[in-house]
Amino acid sequence: MSENDTAGTREPAGTAVRAKKHISRKPITVARVISDVLLTGAVFIALFLVWQLWWTDVVAWQHQAAIMEDLGWPTVSEEIATPETGDPPVLPEFPEGEVWGTFHVPRWGADNATPLAAGVDRVRILDALGVGHYPGTAMPGEVGNFSVAAHRTTFGRPFHFIHELEVGDPVIVRTEEYWYVYRVTHWEIVYPWQVEVVSPIPGYAPGEDMPEPTERLGSMTSCHPMYSARQRWITFLEFDYWARAADGIPREMAEGQGATP
Amino acid sequence: MYAALWRALPGPAAVKALILLALFAAALWVCVEWVFPWLANYMPFNDSTVHG
Repeated sequence: MSENDTAGTREPAGTAVRAKKHISRKPITVARVISDVLLTGAVFIALFLVWQLWWTDVVAWQHQAAIMEDLGWPTVSEEIATPETGDPPVLPEFPEGEVWGTFHVPRWGADNATPLAAGVDRVRILDALGVGHYPGTAMPGEVGNFSVAAHRTTFGRPFHFIHELEVGDPVIVRTEEYWYVYRVTHWEIVYPWQVEVVSPIPGYAPGEDMPEPTERLGSMTSCHPMYSARQRWITFLEFDYWARAADGIPREMAEGQGATP
Repeated sequence: MYAALWRALPGPAAVKALILLALFAAALWVCVEWVFPWLANYMPFNDSTVHG
Protein backbone atom coordinates (compact mmCIF):
# COMPACT_ATOMS: atom_id res chain seq x y z
CA MET A 1 0.00 0.00 0.00
CA SER A 2 2.89 2.41 -0.60
CA GLU A 3 1.94 3.33 -4.14
CA ASN A 4 0.28 6.50 -2.98
CA ASP A 5 2.17 9.62 -3.88
CA THR A 6 2.73 10.95 -7.35
CA ALA A 7 6.01 10.04 -8.94
CA GLY A 8 8.91 12.26 -7.94
CA THR A 9 7.53 13.66 -4.71
CA ARG A 10 9.30 10.99 -2.77
CA GLU A 11 12.73 9.41 -3.01
CA PRO A 12 12.33 6.21 -5.05
CA ALA A 13 13.15 3.35 -2.73
CA GLY A 14 14.29 1.02 -5.48
CA THR A 15 13.49 -0.40 -8.83
CA ALA A 16 11.06 -2.97 -7.43
CA VAL A 17 8.94 -0.28 -5.87
CA ARG A 18 9.19 1.82 -8.97
CA ALA A 19 7.98 -1.09 -11.08
CA LYS A 20 5.05 -1.63 -8.76
CA LYS A 21 4.19 2.04 -8.96
CA HIS A 22 4.31 1.85 -12.68
CA ILE A 23 1.77 -1.00 -12.72
CA SER A 24 -0.69 0.72 -10.39
CA ARG A 25 -0.44 3.90 -12.41
CA LYS A 26 -2.11 2.28 -15.40
CA PRO A 27 -4.81 4.55 -16.81
CA ILE A 28 -8.36 3.94 -15.60
CA THR A 29 -9.76 1.45 -18.04
CA VAL A 30 -13.39 0.87 -18.87
CA ALA A 31 -13.19 -2.65 -17.44
CA ARG A 32 -11.87 -1.27 -14.17
CA VAL A 33 -14.69 1.23 -13.84
CA ILE A 34 -17.26 -1.45 -14.67
CA SER A 35 -15.81 -3.80 -12.06
CA ASP A 36 -15.86 -1.04 -9.43
CA VAL A 37 -19.47 -0.20 -10.26
CA LEU A 38 -20.52 -3.86 -10.07
CA LEU A 39 -18.72 -4.34 -6.77
CA THR A 40 -20.40 -1.25 -5.37
CA GLY A 41 -23.77 -2.58 -6.51
CA ALA A 42 -23.12 -5.94 -4.87
CA VAL A 43 -22.18 -4.31 -1.57
CA PHE A 44 -25.23 -2.02 -1.81
CA ILE A 45 -27.61 -4.94 -2.38
CA ALA A 46 -26.05 -6.96 0.44
CA LEU A 47 -26.38 -4.03 2.84
CA PHE A 48 -29.98 -3.45 1.77
CA LEU A 49 -30.86 -7.08 2.46
CA VAL A 50 -29.25 -6.94 5.90
CA TRP A 51 -31.21 -3.75 6.60
CA GLN A 52 -34.51 -5.06 5.27
CA LEU A 53 -34.45 -8.61 6.64
CA TRP A 54 -32.80 -7.96 9.98
CA TRP A 55 -32.33 -4.35 10.96
CA THR A 56 -35.98 -3.34 10.38
CA ASP A 57 -36.95 -6.09 12.83
CA VAL A 58 -34.49 -4.86 15.46
CA VAL A 59 -35.72 -1.28 15.14
CA ALA A 60 -39.40 -2.28 15.10
CA TRP A 61 -39.09 -4.54 18.17
CA GLN A 62 -37.35 -1.79 20.14
CA HIS A 63 -39.91 0.74 19.02
CA GLN A 64 -42.86 -1.55 19.81
CA ALA A 65 -41.50 -2.32 23.26
CA ALA A 66 -41.20 1.41 23.91
CA ILE A 67 -44.78 1.95 22.72
CA MET A 68 -46.02 -0.77 25.08
CA GLU A 69 -44.27 0.92 28.00
CA ASP A 70 -45.56 4.36 27.04
CA LEU A 71 -49.17 3.15 27.09
CA GLY A 72 -49.12 3.70 30.83
CA TRP A 73 -52.02 1.33 31.37
CA PRO A 74 -52.56 -0.04 34.86
CA THR A 75 -50.76 -3.34 35.29
CA VAL A 76 -53.09 -6.29 35.56
CA SER A 77 -52.85 -8.89 38.27
CA GLU A 78 -52.00 -12.51 37.58
CA GLU A 79 -55.52 -13.53 38.63
CA ILE A 80 -57.69 -15.21 36.02
CA ALA A 81 -60.31 -12.70 34.92
CA THR A 82 -63.92 -13.84 35.03
CA PRO A 83 -65.30 -14.31 31.51
CA GLU A 84 -68.22 -11.94 30.96
CA THR A 85 -71.22 -13.22 29.06
CA GLY A 86 -73.19 -10.03 28.46
CA ASP A 87 -72.87 -7.88 25.36
CA PRO A 88 -69.23 -6.77 25.10
CA PRO A 89 -68.44 -3.07 25.52
CA VAL A 90 -67.67 -1.64 22.07
CA LEU A 91 -65.26 1.28 21.85
CA PRO A 92 -65.65 3.93 19.16
CA GLU A 93 -63.06 3.91 16.38
CA PHE A 94 -59.87 5.83 17.05
CA PRO A 95 -58.13 8.37 14.80
CA GLU A 96 -55.57 6.89 12.42
CA GLY A 97 -52.17 6.26 13.97
CA GLU A 98 -53.39 6.07 17.55
CA VAL A 99 -52.29 2.98 19.48
CA TRP A 100 -55.49 1.99 21.24
CA GLY A 101 -54.93 -1.66 22.05
CA THR A 102 -52.54 -4.55 22.30
CA PHE A 103 -52.68 -7.78 20.32
CA HIS A 104 -51.85 -11.10 21.98
CA VAL A 105 -51.49 -14.57 20.52
CA PRO A 106 -50.67 -17.03 23.32
CA ARG A 107 -49.65 -19.66 20.73
CA TRP A 108 -46.66 -17.43 19.99
CA GLY A 109 -45.60 -17.21 23.64
CA ALA A 110 -47.27 -16.41 26.96
CA ASP A 111 -45.97 -12.85 26.81
CA ASN A 112 -46.64 -12.28 23.09
CA ALA A 113 -47.85 -8.69 22.74
CA THR A 114 -47.87 -6.18 19.88
CA PRO A 115 -49.24 -2.64 19.78
CA LEU A 116 -52.55 -2.36 17.94
CA ALA A 117 -53.15 0.91 16.10
CA ALA A 118 -55.88 2.47 13.98
CA GLY A 119 -55.23 2.24 10.23
CA VAL A 120 -53.35 -0.07 7.90
CA ASP A 121 -51.05 2.38 6.08
CA ARG A 122 -47.83 0.48 5.47
CA VAL A 123 -45.25 3.12 6.35
CA ARG A 124 -47.13 4.97 9.09
CA ILE A 125 -48.81 2.04 10.86
CA LEU A 126 -47.54 -1.41 9.90
CA ASP A 127 -43.83 -0.52 9.60
CA ALA A 128 -43.81 1.77 12.59
CA LEU A 129 -46.35 0.60 15.14
CA GLY A 130 -47.25 -3.10 14.78
CA VAL A 131 -50.71 -4.49 14.11
CA GLY A 132 -53.12 -2.23 12.19
CA HIS A 133 -56.91 -2.17 12.38
CA TYR A 134 -58.72 -1.72 9.05
CA PRO A 135 -60.67 1.55 9.32
CA GLY A 136 -64.40 1.06 9.06
CA THR A 137 -64.36 -2.58 10.13
CA ALA A 138 -65.86 -3.66 13.45
CA MET A 139 -64.14 -2.81 16.71
CA PRO A 140 -63.34 -5.70 19.09
CA GLY A 141 -66.51 -7.35 20.38
CA GLU A 142 -68.67 -5.54 17.85
CA VAL A 143 -71.05 -7.37 15.49
CA GLY A 144 -69.30 -7.55 12.12
CA ASN A 145 -65.70 -8.30 11.24
CA PHE A 146 -62.88 -6.93 13.40
CA SER A 147 -60.09 -6.93 10.78
CA VAL A 148 -56.39 -6.37 11.32
CA ALA A 149 -53.21 -6.54 9.23
CA ALA A 150 -49.55 -6.98 10.16
CA HIS A 151 -46.24 -7.84 8.54
CA ARG A 152 -45.34 -11.50 8.17
CA THR A 153 -41.71 -10.68 7.36
CA THR A 154 -39.64 -7.54 8.10
CA PHE A 155 -40.45 -4.54 10.35
CA GLY A 156 -40.93 -6.65 13.48
CA ARG A 157 -43.07 -9.22 11.63
CA PRO A 158 -45.88 -9.58 14.22
CA PHE A 159 -47.66 -12.24 12.13
CA HIS A 160 -44.55 -14.25 11.20
CA PHE A 161 -46.04 -17.47 12.57
CA ILE A 162 -49.63 -16.94 11.41
CA HIS A 163 -49.50 -20.30 9.63
CA GLU A 164 -48.93 -22.10 12.96
CA LEU A 165 -52.29 -21.10 14.42
CA GLU A 166 -54.74 -23.95 14.90
CA VAL A 167 -58.50 -24.04 15.00
CA GLY A 168 -59.66 -22.92 18.46
CA ASP A 169 -56.48 -20.99 19.29
CA PRO A 170 -57.19 -17.85 21.29
CA VAL A 171 -56.37 -14.47 19.77
CA ILE A 172 -56.73 -11.72 22.35
CA VAL A 173 -57.11 -7.97 22.14
CA ARG A 174 -56.68 -5.70 25.10
CA THR A 175 -57.83 -2.14 25.42
CA GLU A 176 -57.10 -0.09 28.50
CA GLU A 177 -60.06 -1.59 30.36
CA TYR A 178 -61.13 -4.74 28.56
CA TRP A 179 -59.99 -8.04 27.17
CA TYR A 180 -61.61 -9.46 24.03
CA VAL A 181 -60.94 -13.13 23.39
CA TYR A 182 -61.40 -14.46 19.86
CA ARG A 183 -60.81 -17.98 18.57
CA VAL A 184 -59.44 -19.17 15.26
CA THR A 185 -62.10 -20.79 13.07
CA HIS A 186 -60.30 -21.34 9.76
CA TRP A 187 -57.87 -19.78 7.32
CA GLU A 188 -57.70 -19.08 3.65
CA ILE A 189 -55.15 -17.99 1.07
CA VAL A 190 -56.52 -15.28 -1.20
CA TYR A 191 -55.32 -12.67 -3.69
CA PRO A 192 -54.55 -9.13 -2.48
CA TRP A 193 -57.64 -7.68 -4.19
CA GLN A 194 -60.08 -10.04 -2.43
CA VAL A 195 -61.31 -7.43 0.02
CA GLU A 196 -64.36 -9.57 0.83
CA VAL A 197 -62.25 -11.23 3.57
CA VAL A 198 -62.62 -8.07 5.67
CA SER A 199 -66.28 -7.44 4.92
CA PRO A 200 -68.74 -7.59 7.87
CA ILE A 201 -69.71 -11.07 6.70
CA PRO A 202 -66.58 -12.48 5.08
CA GLY A 203 -67.24 -13.53 1.50
CA TYR A 204 -69.49 -10.65 0.49
CA ALA A 205 -67.74 -8.24 -1.86
CA PRO A 206 -68.34 -4.49 -1.42
CA GLY A 207 -71.64 -3.53 -3.05
CA GLU A 208 -72.90 -7.08 -3.04
CA ASP A 209 -76.33 -7.70 -1.49
CA MET A 210 -75.48 -8.80 2.05
CA PRO A 211 -77.80 -9.83 4.89
CA GLU A 212 -77.59 -7.90 8.17
CA PRO A 213 -74.51 -9.20 10.04
CA THR A 214 -75.31 -10.93 13.33
CA GLU A 215 -72.01 -12.52 14.32
CA ARG A 216 -68.96 -11.06 16.03
CA LEU A 217 -66.11 -12.17 13.74
CA GLY A 218 -62.51 -11.25 13.06
CA SER A 219 -59.89 -11.45 10.29
CA MET A 220 -56.11 -11.32 10.45
CA THR A 221 -54.41 -10.57 7.12
CA SER A 222 -50.73 -10.93 6.28
CA CYS A 223 -48.65 -11.57 3.19
CA HIS A 224 -48.23 -14.98 1.63
CA PRO A 225 -46.07 -16.74 0.65
CA MET A 226 -43.42 -15.33 2.96
CA TYR A 227 -41.13 -12.84 1.18
CA SER A 228 -43.74 -12.35 -1.51
CA ALA A 229 -46.81 -10.18 -1.99
CA ARG A 230 -48.47 -12.48 -4.48
CA GLN A 231 -51.20 -13.60 -2.08
CA ARG A 232 -52.54 -12.97 1.40
CA TRP A 233 -52.89 -15.33 4.32
CA ILE A 234 -56.19 -14.74 6.10
CA THR A 235 -56.95 -16.28 9.49
CA PHE A 236 -60.61 -15.97 10.49
CA LEU A 237 -61.72 -15.51 14.08
CA GLU A 238 -64.90 -15.77 16.08
CA PHE A 239 -65.60 -13.83 19.27
CA ASP A 240 -65.61 -15.98 22.41
CA TYR A 241 -65.90 -13.76 25.48
CA TRP A 242 -64.74 -10.52 27.05
CA ALA A 243 -63.36 -9.68 30.48
CA ARG A 244 -62.32 -6.71 32.56
CA ALA A 245 -58.63 -5.86 32.73
CA ALA A 246 -59.19 -4.83 36.35
CA ASP A 247 -60.08 -8.48 37.12
CA GLY A 248 -56.81 -9.96 35.87
CA ILE A 249 -55.74 -11.76 32.71
CA PRO A 250 -57.70 -14.16 30.48
CA ARG A 251 -57.22 -17.81 31.33
CA GLU A 252 -55.72 -18.41 27.87
CA MET A 253 -52.82 -16.06 28.60
CA ALA A 254 -52.04 -17.71 31.88
CA GLU A 255 -51.88 -21.08 30.21
CA GLY A 256 -49.81 -19.48 27.50
CA GLN A 257 -50.75 -22.06 24.92
CA GLY A 258 -53.12 -23.13 22.24
CA ALA A 259 -56.61 -24.38 22.02
CA THR A 260 -57.62 -25.40 25.54
CA PRO A 261 -60.78 -23.52 26.45
CA MET B 1 -12.51 4.43 -9.66
CA TYR B 2 -11.53 3.34 -6.17
CA ALA B 3 -7.88 3.22 -7.13
CA ALA B 4 -8.13 6.83 -8.28
CA LEU B 5 -9.92 7.74 -5.05
CA TRP B 6 -7.19 6.07 -3.00
CA ARG B 7 -4.54 8.06 -4.85
CA ALA B 8 -6.45 11.30 -4.48
CA LEU B 9 -6.71 11.01 -0.70
CA PRO B 10 -3.98 12.76 1.30
CA GLY B 11 -1.72 11.30 3.95
CA PRO B 12 -0.29 7.89 4.72
CA ALA B 13 -2.21 4.66 4.20
CA ALA B 14 -3.67 4.66 7.72
CA VAL B 15 -5.11 8.15 7.26
CA LYS B 16 -6.50 7.21 3.88
CA ALA B 17 -8.15 4.15 5.38
CA LEU B 18 -9.69 6.26 8.13
CA ILE B 19 -11.05 8.78 5.64
CA LEU B 20 -12.48 5.94 3.54
CA LEU B 21 -14.10 4.45 6.63
CA ALA B 22 -15.72 7.80 7.40
CA LEU B 23 -16.91 8.13 3.81
CA PHE B 24 -18.37 4.62 3.94
CA ALA B 25 -20.13 5.35 7.22
CA ALA B 26 -21.63 8.52 5.74
CA ALA B 27 -22.82 6.64 2.65
CA LEU B 28 -24.32 3.91 4.85
CA TRP B 29 -26.13 6.49 6.96
CA VAL B 30 -27.66 8.11 3.85
CA CYS B 31 -28.76 4.65 2.68
CA VAL B 32 -30.36 3.62 5.98
CA GLU B 33 -32.00 6.99 6.48
CA TRP B 34 -33.41 7.60 3.01
CA VAL B 35 -32.44 5.17 0.25
CA PHE B 36 -33.40 1.86 1.89
CA PRO B 37 -36.82 2.99 3.21
CA TRP B 38 -37.63 4.31 -0.27
CA LEU B 39 -36.48 1.07 -1.87
CA ALA B 40 -38.55 -0.95 0.63
CA ASN B 41 -41.69 0.43 -1.05
CA TYR B 42 -40.84 -1.67 -4.08
CA MET B 43 -40.01 -4.89 -2.24
CA PRO B 44 -42.53 -7.65 -2.86
CA PHE B 45 -42.83 -8.89 0.72
CA ASN B 46 -43.80 -5.72 2.55
CA ASP B 47 -47.47 -5.60 1.66
CA SER B 48 -49.78 -7.42 4.05
CA THR B 49 -53.18 -5.80 3.55
CA VAL B 50 -56.02 -6.55 1.19
CA HIS B 51 -57.16 -3.60 -0.88
CA GLY B 52 -59.23 -2.90 -3.98
